[in-house]
Amino acid sequence: MKNLIRYVITRALLTVPMLFILLTIVFVVVRIMPGDPVSAMLGGHAPEKVIEQKKEELGLNKPLIVQYGLYLLQIARLDLGQSMIFKQDVKDAIGEKLPATIELTFFGMLITLLVGVPLGAYAADKRRTPQDYAIRLYGIVIYCIPVYWLGLMLQMIFGIWLDIFPISGRTGPRVFASTFELTGFYVFDTILIKDFSALGDVLIHLVLPSVTLGLTLSGIFIRLTRANMLDVLKADFILAAEARGIRHRRVVYKHAILNAFVPILTMMGLQVALLMAGAVLTESTFSWPGMGRLLLERIYLRDYPTIQGVIVIFALMVALVSLIVDIIYALVDPRVRY
Amino acid sequence: MGQKYGIEWWILMAGTVIILGIVFMAVFARLIAPYDPFAQNTGPQLAPPSQEHLMGTDNLQRDVFSRIVFGARTILGVAILAAIISSIVGITMGLISGYSGGGFDKVLSLIMDSVYSFPGLILAIAFAAMLEPGIISITFAVAVIYIPTYFRLVRGQTLTIKEELYVEAARAIGAPGITILWKYIFPNVIATTAVVFTMNVGDAIMIEAALTYLGLGLPPSIVDWGMDLAMGKKFLPSGQWWLITFPGAMISLLAVGFTMLGEGLAEILNPRLLER
Repeated sequence: MKNLIRYVITRALLTVPMLFILLTIVFVVVRIMPGDPVSAMLGGHAPEKVIEQKKEELGLNKPLIVQYGLYLLQIARLDLGQSMIFKQDVKDAIGEKLPATIELTFFGMLITLLVGVPLGAYAADKRRTPQDYAIRLYGIVIYCIPVYWLGLMLQMIFGIWLDIFPISGRTGPRVFASTFELTGFYVFDTILIKDFSALGDVLIHLVLPSVTLGLTLSGIFIRLTRANMLDVLKADFILAAEARGIRHRRVVYKHAILNAFVPILTMMGLQVALLMAGAVLTESTFSWPGMGRLLLERIYLRDYPTIQGVIVIFALMVALVSLIVDIIYALVDPRVRY
Repeated sequence: MGQKYGIEWWILMAGTVIILGIVFMAVFARLIAPYDPFAQNTGPQLAPPSQEHLMGTDNLQRDVFSRIVFGARTILGVAILAAIISSIVGITMGLISGYSGGGFDKVLSLIMDSVYSFPGLILAIAFAAMLEPGIISITFAVAVIYIPTYFRLVRGQTLTIKEELYVEAARAIGAPGITILWKYIFPNVIATTAVVFTMNVGDAIMIEAALTYLGLGLPPSIVDWGMDLAMGKKFLPSGQWWLITFPGAMISLLAVGFTMLGEGLAEILNPRLLER
């Protein structure tokens, strides 16, 4: 147990330099963007004096290196600062949008696992048969279909032609915003206040976006599961299980899949970045009010603190998920704890 | 050949055929496209696919098929150029970093690992937004995010190869570092990077189209599949399916082509995988 705690602490400390580097890159990148928040806010024709005054107010007239130092100090105090465009804390802007993104990625991942793992296991079991080839081909093709296009096609088929699922937003017009003041996770909120018709509305809005995101990533999981299952299926304990007369299906889908799951889990950590990128694009296609849309909106407004804040949160999420995955891995496989 | 490799060979061939087909289309765009991609009034507004307009027309009465044909130039050019740039930069940095070792190597690896773990698209969005829209800008934005991929791959291999006896021998007879890197180490890492390069182009295609779909990176004076897709999205609720179907299908097809080529190459170049 002591080893595990030490491992977790070391692992968590390792994310600090990563965050620092990403922060620096983003700080430099947004500041050499042409345009600045003041011009974006006041338009091109504001008098020189007003512009200068506003810049001073926002601290934009200080040398870059000073701005950078101040920003790092601010971040070190866990303060993301204030929006330069709106009278709003960056923390609040993100707090409003983050649950939407997490909800979308969670359900997306769920669908990825539900589709990818069984298909991958099946393909491994039927190695080098037409079923195997068909599943692998599906894996390649689905990986190459851009998530935004898949979203548009699903919108067209299930939203417009068949008219089964809504194609944008998190809720329909009949659900009141006040329903969601508890956590911002709409599924939770509606369950907490026991409003099941609202829950139904929220879930039906989740279907297309999460299926879109989930299917796109399922290709990778098919490949990973298949490769790991092939290794496991060659192991002696599988042969032993078969020899004891355990039914083949049970051996494959219980004994083997559980053993293949540890490497699949680690890979899951590595796919978080892809999941986030997919979420940004899915949000744009489905008008999903999440972090991706916030980022794009604020890039146009040159709202430096919010852009930086969003990037920090994305980096933190990536770091956090890989940390959690590593911890689970260490729990399952004691050899990892050094 | 076909017998020996089985399915991998066919995957490789299918990928090659798709890529060659689209490259052919891009090269001979002027001969293939029935209309100028910018010409308005080529027919009725928002007409569905027909004999005169194979893929229909858009809201400005432009011919969608002609725009698809010319758009192949943009996406192919950007994706391949971006992959070339990131491979040159990434391989060079990886070789130097892996060979020299020490603090320099540690710092550079840390930076590369940080960028690698971060969602590439989000970084590309930031870069694309920072630069004036144009071919060079979008190529740069796409290229930046793949540098760590090559860096990590090449650095790892360099670390192993530099311990080989023949490298030591070269050092013993006084070969300068640059010669060792270029003549002894580089030829041994290039084979694996070829596979990564092909996959990388496939990925870059999707990122390029994603950026232009989001309205970043390119001015409207350039024909581009991603931009056409974004435009077609506006007509989705009114049921003009051809405006989104064709650009998106082409992006997918091109990406599938490169991924299949990479996949086939990987399995043929690495016989150990063939056991699977």
